[in-house]
Amino acid sequence: MTMTAVLALAVGVFLVRLAGPLMRSRINVSERTETLMKRGAIVVLAALVITGALFADGGFAGWALPAGVLVGGLLAWRRAPILVVVIAAAATTALLRLAGIA
Amino acid sequence: MPPRFLPERDRDIWRDALAMSIGICIVGVSFGALATSAGLPWWIPVAMSFLTFAATSQFAMLAVVTAGGGVLAGLAAGVLVHLRHTPYGLAVGNLYWDKWWTRILGTFMLIDQSTAFALAAGDDRRRAKAAYWITSSIMFVAWNVGTVVGVLAGGFIPDPDVFGLDAAFPALLLALVMPALKDRDTLLAALVGAAIAAATAPFLPTGVPVLLALAGLLATWPRRKPKEDAA
Repeated sequence: MTMTAVLALAVGVFLVRLAGPLMRSRINVSERTETLMKRGAIVVLAALVITGALFADGGFAGWALPAGVLVGGLLAWRRAPILVVVIAAAATTALLRLAGIA
Repeated sequence: MPPRFLPERDRDIWRDALAMSIGICIVGVSFGALATSAGLPWWIPVAMSFLTFAATSQFAMLAVVTAGGGVLAGLAAGVLVHLRHTPYGLAVGNLYWDKWWTRILGTFMLIDQSTAFALAAGDDRRRAKAAYWITSSIMFVAWNVGTVVGVLAGGFIPDPDVFGLDAAFPALLLALVMPALKDRDTLLAALVGAAIAAATAPFLPTGVPVLLALAGLLATWPRRKPKEDAA
């Protein structure tokens, strides 16, 4: 990999990030569109939660990972602080792995 | 008791973002270490993290290139996994679309966490702005410090999975999107989208399933609010 490749990735990634606000500034954003765009981002983030919890390297990630995310999710649902949610999720997964559960 | 050195305003955001940064930093260490152990000179991963600031894209490109897939295929993989940031930009782009330099900096700083933290602030625009800038700046520092440490660590590659950090990231995002899921239509769209992503993830390249999830929006599209129906 060369510096040219690094710069190419940086430019490519920047353009992807730029596309959203550029499209936004071209249209008159109604309240309904605003709701829909925010909902779209939530949908993508939620999908990222699911794929991140279930898959790793193109296959099922094993039980420790989704179990940890589930514990975090339950705590979040019970309105635990974000810090507690994240630490509990990581600790659950790490301990399950330590116990030999993949 | 919250730490005293943090600003009074938005202290919870500072605290959460600082805590998150530890995880990002460790992932950065593993990126720097992986890249140098793959035979790349130190300045390549360092420049990559500084100029790109996109963990998944950087890992994707590195994986393809070190597997012998070539730079062009690596670039394609890196940009593909990044496409989810276009809907992010649509949703939160107005938070930094002020002066020319905040536009450039804000665009550069658009990541999963800054989007999620900003959206979690709801309709409070000031707090959403603060969340966006605080989280993305802290993550930027952590990611780059991590990368440099990883490069210097020379060959010692920490495995973030041992600490369960791969669970920390989805759990964080889940906690941040949860308030928005109280809205029925959003919940429905998210559930349908997540099902689509989970069903297609084993067969499609990384980055595509989360985009297909956007089809979940169609589940709510034609439905109108009762008020509009009455009109």
